[in-house]
Amino acid sequence: MTKSELIQRLAEMYPDPRLYHRDFERVVNKVFDEISAALARGDRVELRGFGAFSVRARGERVGRNPRTGESVNVAKKHLPFFKTGKELRERINQG
Amino acid sequence: MTGKTVTRADLAEAVFREVGLSRNESAKLVESVLGLITDSLAKSESVKISSFGSFSVRMKGQRIGRNPKTGEEVPILPRKVLVFRASHVLKDQINGETSADEADAAPEYSPSDPSS
Repeated sequence: MTKSELIQRLAEMYPDPRLYHRDFERVVNKVFDEISAALARGDRVELRGFGAFSVRARGERVGRNPRTGESVNVAKKHLPFFKTGKELRERINQG
Repeated sequence: MTGKTVTRADLAEAVFREVGLSRNESAKLVESVLGLITDSLAKSESVKISSFGSFSVRMKGQRIGRNPKTGEEVPILPRKVLVFRASHVLKDQINGETSADEADAAPEYSPSDPSS
């Protein structure tokens, strides 16, 4: 399922004449933009039953250019992580 | 870094401010978005959200685990796990905003210059 399919399916769930396709697009974009913005601030996003997004720091390390074998410093960086929630994990393993 | 935790209520509030719907309807829409993603993953169908990331279901084979308390060997049955891969847009957003103050502290990694 892509984002556009998600928007389409959401629109089909709410056959409300006040709502246009554009509105569902804004809803879906807003949800992911809010999660992204929270992670960019270093906040955690916890959605019970679904999962939790968090940011973990990776220290500076010496990496190697795989082509030349030359050592290069890889700067410290922050990476997003997702931990699957209990209910979602159970749904995935059902049947 | 503010160290806060964002929840469903915060997402619903953001949707409420974005679209002209009630708080209750906004909360329902947020729940439905999560529900649709869950339904898709429950069918082992991956979910790709451009400029955010992708969720996919991976099969894990059986392996032998150990009860850490008793040391007893127990088989861990084959199961499915959810893998989230963040998009580069999200990774860049996180590093642009959280480590901007530290950017001068460490030399930047740059791919080898083809001209050198």
